[in-house]
Amino acid sequence: MENGNLKNLEPGQKAKIAKISGTSSIKRRIMDMGLVPGAEIEMERYAPLGDPVEIKLKGYHLSLRKEEAENIVIE
Amino acid sequence: MNEKITIALAGNPNSGKTTIFNNLTGARQHVGNYPGVTVERKEGRLKFKNFDIDVVDLPGTYSLTAYSPDEVVARKVIIEEKPDVLVNVVDASNLERNLYLTTQLKELGVPVVIAMNMADMAEAQGIKFDYQLLSQLLGVEIVRTVGTKKQGIDELLEAVIKVARRKSDLPEKQVKYSSEVEEEIKKIEALLNEDTSVTHEAAASLEGIMSSRDNCLKRWLAIKLLENDKDVIGTVKSQSGAKQVLEQLAKSQEQLKKISGEDTEMLIVDGRYAFIRGACQESTTFTEEDRLSMTEKIDKVLINRLLGLPIFLGIMWLLFQLTFTLGGPPMEWLDAGFGALGEWAAVHMQEGLAQSLIVDGIIGGVGGVVVFLPNIILLFMGIAFLEGSGYMARAAFVMDKLMHKVGLHGKSFIPMLIGFGCTIQAIMATRTLENDRDRLLTMLIAPLMSCGARLPVYTLLIAAFFHESVAGNILFSIYLIGIALAIIMAKVFRKWLLPGESEPFVMELPAYRLPTIKSVLIHMWERSWLYLKKAGTIILAASIIIWTLFTFPIIDPQGNEFESANVQMEQSYAGRIGKAIEPVIAPLGFDWKTGVALVAGFAAKEVVVSTMGTLYSIEDEDALAEEEEGSVKSFADRTREKSGYTPLVAYVLMLFTLIYVPCMATIAVLKRETNGWKWPMFTIGYTCALAWVVCFIVYRGGLLLGIGV
Repeated sequence: MENGNLKNLEPGQKAKIAKISGTSSIKRRIMDMGLVPGAEIEMERYAPLGDPVEIKLKGYHLSLRKEEAENIVIE
Repeated sequence: MNEKITIALAGNPNSGKTTIFNNLTGARQHVGNYPGVTVERKEGRLKFKNFDIDVVDLPGTYSLTAYSPDEVVARKVIIEEKPDVLVNVVDASNLERNLYLTTQLKELGVPVVIAMNMADMAEAQGIKFDYQLLSQLLGVEIVRTVGTKKQGIDELLEAVIKVARRKSDLPEKQVKYSSEVEEEIKKIEALLNEDTSVTHEAAASLEGIMSSRDNCLKRWLAIKLLENDKDVIGTVKSQSGAKQVLEQLAKSQEQLKKISGEDTEMLIVDGRYAFIRGACQESTTFTEEDRLSMTEKIDKVLINRLLGLPIFLGIMWLLFQLTFTLGGPPMEWLDAGFGALGEWAAVHMQEGLAQSLIVDGIIGGVGGVVVFLPNIILLFMGIAFLEGSGYMARAAFVMDKLMHKVGLHGKSFIPMLIGFGCTIQAIMATRTLENDRDRLLTMLIAPLMSCGARLPVYTLLIAAFFHESVAGNILFSIYLIGIALAIIMAKVFRKWLLPGESEPFVMELPAYRLPTIKSVLIHMWERSWLYLKKAGTIILAASIIIWTLFTFPIIDPQGNEFESANVQMEQSYAGRIGKAIEPVIAPLGFDWKTGVALVAGFAAKEVVVSTMGTLYSIEDEDALAEEEEGSVKSFADRTREKSGYTPLVAYVLMLFTLIYVPCMATIAVLKRETNGWKWPMFTIGYTCALAWVVCFIVYRGGLLLGIGV
């Protein structure tokens, strides 16, 4: 599969994280939560107003804004 | 003599750390603030066998970086206060992410005991742990606990004592990073070894770690340097011999970047997660695959794309009703009680200054604080339930887009809404915001939400100066202007006052659970007590000051008593202040009497009305208080006749009341919540300036256009 962006994942779709970009503080916050390259994630849903999004990883649920999700490159 | 042990509780938010803390210490808790930051410090004490155990509850964190004040505080306590044992509370159903913090705690070289909390929930999800194997792999004692059912607490304490006495026979285990990273760590460590002054000076200022931990410390320093930790780099920089270390650091980072194409920081995070993944895969088995959990089922409804918003609004409505409708009657009883107490004191004391001070100053002032207690208790019961159940994070999830547009956080919505009831509660409710900047910003604009105490002012002025047919619209416009100003000020503050990269919104949506009654009650009690204690003392002082301003001088320069209350008020210090500020407020169409009423409004906004009553000798204050329609009307009529306001001035006065200085109780709570006088003073200043500017524009605009004159 071609490299894509977490932001564009549809609810129910699964993917593997390829890379995290962004400034170091944002990157660090994202990676501290377990969003590291190789981790498997599933898009759960969009918020009622379309943003933020909810994803599932390592058995727990995490929400992030699309502007953060943009930094997460998926395989 | 009992032996003393100090333990610190560390863990992720939502790991059930607070429940474990409550189980350990019961009601013997002390809440304070860490110096210089708004992070709260909770401590407690317990006796177990023949040990006296002091417990510090560290702020809940996911990591130990220098990026957030919570994390900095947590690691400072660990390094500087050197607890004998760290109890790391871990959410068993979410093991990998929770153990990430564990790996960092271990690097600090303090013995760790893991409380595998909420183990029952993990087991219900079909997750099985090999506790022995996992503790071998991590090199940490592990105890199964269920905080909500008080399971495993004694076993946890046993393990703590065992570890504190160095009786644990587990192998020493640390995260092994990739061989390239390890090599660079060694190089930096070696430099720290050669030039021990860097290590020791860094150690002394960062911490003063004991010599037995030196090896650990060097490794920790080396890792933190590679992680680009700004605090550690800053400390090392100021030491002698730092140059060599920093040169090596730059070389190491470059080398690693060349090999892996990644920043060192990321390699280190990755290394920790790889270590954890290995340990978890060996020791954990999943008996059921991909079953829809209870939480997922609930969320399918509660944060559904269509229903999410209406359900959220419904829950907010309930919270509002709980706080203000259910809290209304007890508030009235307390009010009546203080009224009766005042009357009783008035009857039983000799007329004079002492009587006036006690009745009007102290009983009135303190009563004014205590009457809010039912609201605060109920609000925090509601908030404790929303937070404990896991819904609070969903509320932020639902509202974030809207709030983010004005530079706020999804969690800012609830305090803002509460602000329509009472600003004091709104400011206290900002506690749910973890990020300092978001929290401060929300506190600064919360006073612009028109609170309930301002309503009597609007009601009176609208009844007096506007026709019934427009009354509703006038009132609505005041509320709307408040909201619009809050949005504008939020943007202004975000841009100029609290600038910088906006905090990433990366928020866990924890599993739903039923909060225990005990945890709700403790939370409620804690907040209410803090309110009474901290706010109460400041308010008592402020009430006495305001009483003094309005009471003195009690006789005119010739030594005679004043002929009436309104003449006395004119001659009082408050009256003089009113006259002194008249030139400032005259451009808004106000005279000195309005100025006095506004000064009095600092005590509580509704006092603006009764002060105007005295100043314009509009009697019938009691009739007004009873809100009989007829008397309100006649009071309103007389206000119109005696004040000589035009409808435009009346409207401007409403606007001024909306915007200027929140009441003194709000200021007192702001001082307590921001841990200093800077922000309350700033709030007084900015609200007054904003009130003046807005009122000037409206008044002058109105005059020009000939509206309401």
